[in-house]
Amino acid sequence: MFGRKKCKCGCADKDCKTTDAFVKVLGGGCKNCNELEKNTVEALEALGLESKVAHVTSMEDIAAYGVMRPPALVFGETVVSSGKVLTKDQVIEIIEANRSMFP
Amino acid sequence: MTDVLDFIQHQILGMRWLNDMVCTLLTALGLDVGTRIGGSIVFFIYDLTKIVVLLVILIFVISYIQSYYPPERTRAILSKMKGVKANAAGALLGTVTPFCSCSSIPIFIGFTKAGLPLGVTFSFLISSPLVDLAALTILMGLFGAEVAVLYVVVGVVVAIIGGMIIERMGMEDQIAEFARPISANDTKQSSCGCCCSCSGRGWSDMTVRERSSDAFYQVRVTLKRVFPYAVIGVLIGALIHNWIPDDMIQMVLGDDNPFSVIIATIVGAPIYADIFGTIPIAEALFSKGVGIGTILAFMMSVTLLSIPSLVMLKTAVKGRLLSLFVAICLVGVILTGYIFNLIF
Repeated sequence: MFGRKKCKCGCADKDCKTTDAFVKVLGGGCKNCNELEKNTVEALEALGLESKVAHVTSMEDIAAYGVMRPPALVFGETVVSSGKVLTKDQVIEIIEANRSMFP
Repeated sequence: MTDVLDFIQHQILGMRWLNDMVCTLLTALGLDVGTRIGGSIVFFIYDLTKIVVLLVILIFVISYIQSYYPPERTRAILSKMKGVKANAAGALLGTVTPFCSCSSIPIFIGFTKAGLPLGVTFSFLISSPLVDLAALTILMGLFGAEVAVLYVVVGVVVAIIGGMIIERMGMEDQIAEFARPISANDTKQSSCGCCCSCSGRGWSDMTVRERSSDAFYQVRVTLKRVFPYAVIGVLIGALIHNWIPDDMIQMVLGDDNPFSVIIATIVGAPIYADIFGTIPIAEALFSKGVGIGTILAFMMSVTLLSIPSLVMLKTAVKGRLLSLFVAICLVGVILTGYIFNLIF
């Protein structure tokens, strides 16, 4: 009960405000966006990848990626999906298809 | 012809037969549907079922159509047009746009960044939540084809005029920095112009199967999201139907009250609800003798404005322009309400 709570992006920092990680989920904070984030974190865990997942909610940042349909998934600076709440398996598929992008 | 339209309105969209069926079923189970509680339960089951069925069908059809008009295509189409025609196109394209209000602000920003005229983007922003196939169908079920079609026409006109007014006011400086047209140096711009989880193919390449599968997906997602509002709406509707005395409603929203439209508009404005959730409330009010215009004003104001969506819009649109937008919406809705009350 007093253990370190894990931040949604996977780190143990309780003041984590990560908006800069390789994998980003863009969304205004509604349920859909949160679900995509959850699925992405699970997908990364399933694949054993260390990546944190940043949650970008500011309209300004979302607009900078040219995304018009949240929620969106971003690897690095490339938008790999937008407008869909991907399931964990779908995220895994996308990660595998873009494996070479990962650091 | 009127018989056919009536049939469509009352049996297909209104599903009166469902009401009768629920009544019969519950009576067979020993429930007295004549009592207040009995009547409320019938209303609840019937209305909720009806809404869910309508929802499923409408969302599927709309999403299917939408697969032909992703925001990227809309933006491309609009960028080639000028003047009132562009406003009109913006308003019309707004009628085929997405449900999630999460999307309307990013789309708005996407348009302004592409350099589309402010008036056009606002025509889109107004017509998008206000007019769509769902509204048309719902209104047809509630009030008949005439009201529904006229509503669509008026809604588009309000969107066009509203956009034109905003255009004339020259408030481009009120748009936040990040939402302005990007400079050539901005390399982050990578708009994913495709659907299908970015398989690289465009909206025009989608197969029927892919469109259907996307549409089914939208149905599931939207149903999950809208369902709570539908339930709340039905509860309120049941309340109005069976528990709130007629004269109280008449006093506030009835035809004798010249301010009924204004009250309906102001009450609806801050509320965040889906149009499907307003159906039962509209039905209940109508059965209590509230004017069509007043009810429409309420529905329009609920869908067009809400505190959450204004909060989101505020991140991209500053004070004066935002106030102007809200003012135009309110005035447009109120005028529409009075007009409909006069005509019908």
